[in-house]
Amino acid sequence: MPDFDLIMYENEFRRIDEELKKLYQQSNANVVFLVDKNGQLIASAGDTSEIDTTSLASLTAGNIAATGGIARLLGEKEFTILFHEGENDNIHISLIGQRVILVVIFDKRSSIGLVRLRVKKASENLLRIFNEISAKSEKKQHEKSLDESPFAEITDEDIDNLFK
Amino acid sequence: MSFINYSSREINCKIVYYGPGLCGKTTNLQFIYRKTNPEQKGKLISLATETERTLFFDFLPLALGDIKGFRVRFHLYTVPGQVFYAASRKLILKGVDGVVFVADSQLERMDANLESMEDLKINLAEQGYELERLPFAIQYNKRDLPTAVPLTEINSAINTDSTPWFEAVATRGSGVFETLKGVAKLVLMELKKNY
Ligand SMILES: Nc1nc2c(ncn2[C@@H]2O[C@H](COP(=O)(O)OP(=O)(O)O)[C@@H](O)[C@H]2O)c(=O)[nH]1
Ligand SMILES: [Mg+2]
Repeated sequence: MPDFDLIMYENEFRRIDEELKKLYQQSNANVVFLVDKNGQLIASAGDTSEIDTTSLASLTAGNIAATGGIARLLGEKEFTILFHEGENDNIHISLIGQRVILVVIFDKRSSIGLVRLRVKKASENLLRIFNEISAKSEKKQHEKSLDESPFAEITDEDIDNLFK
Repeated sequence: MSFINYSSREINCKIVYYGPGLCGKTTNLQFIYRKTNPEQKGKLISLATETERTLFFDFLPLALGDIKGFRVRFHLYTVPGQVFYAASRKLILKGVDGVVFVADSQLERMDANLESMEDLKINLAEQGYELERLPFAIQYNKRDLPTAVPLTEINSAINTDSTPWFEAVATRGSGVFETLKGVAKLVLMELKKNY
């Protein structure tokens, strides 16, 4: 496998959560998301009740993947920031490391300048946390510590139950 | 590359439906969408052209239930089949945990099936995956059509690696959940092996 599975533990999740909340407040955003490059939502801050977060995560990842493909065609490594301006809402999308996508949705209560500034700071902190997670995940996969794993015991019956 | 979240107690797995244009990939997802309870599914998103040909991907998130206290989420994707969407197909395979190859059983689509299978292997290899080592199932779709190649024949032409396979008529839904379950099983067993 080219990559390691991403394993998120309580402690790192809480730190990510705090970082997103801070960004949400300091950038006056409507909502802030963190998405795995494969399209899975990792965490969010702000009012997500009106938003289909799962779809948004998948489409954002598709968007980043497509622009990444365009970048490579042009000989660029990657476009690390995407910005879409709407009539009311704007969306700022940025890549953190090679693996995670940070999405900030904001309106006229904020500004692109402010968002950029706050995203930059938050990115550095998030990158540090994700590097720790990667190191941990990698180690975990090497150790194959079956004793504490909940998945060691998966049975055919468990899987059959999903499809009842 | 599954995403396991111990904090929210979720496992996320990405399953990609691959195959030549018009073999029935989108139809598979549409049937799964129709037959799944509202609380177990998200929106079915189709990035399609005006003629309903898949342009970038279809996406369907499913949360069918729990295993060992973890909510199991499957994210199903289809790829656009036409030859000229090669770049998009590569993108969608990123981070894949399991693949379903949907073959079109019609005799006149045999070349297209083989070509698409080759394309799949090449695209996976480019990202460092080997199809042989990935959870993988084959679906022989359109079994209802008069020009469908007999199963033993199509299987020996396409399935060179004794991969688990399923017959289907996706428009009627027969074989659709069997296929999904088949690949899901392999994906979860892979988790079991690795953790
Ligand atoms: N007769 C028959 N037609 C099918 C079957 N599955 C799909 N189709 C039809 O084949 C066409 C292409 O299907 P679609 O799902 O869009 O193919 P995709 O390009 O692989 O996504 C549609 O008109 C479907 O109704 C099947 O099992 N039998
Ligand atoms: Mg399609």
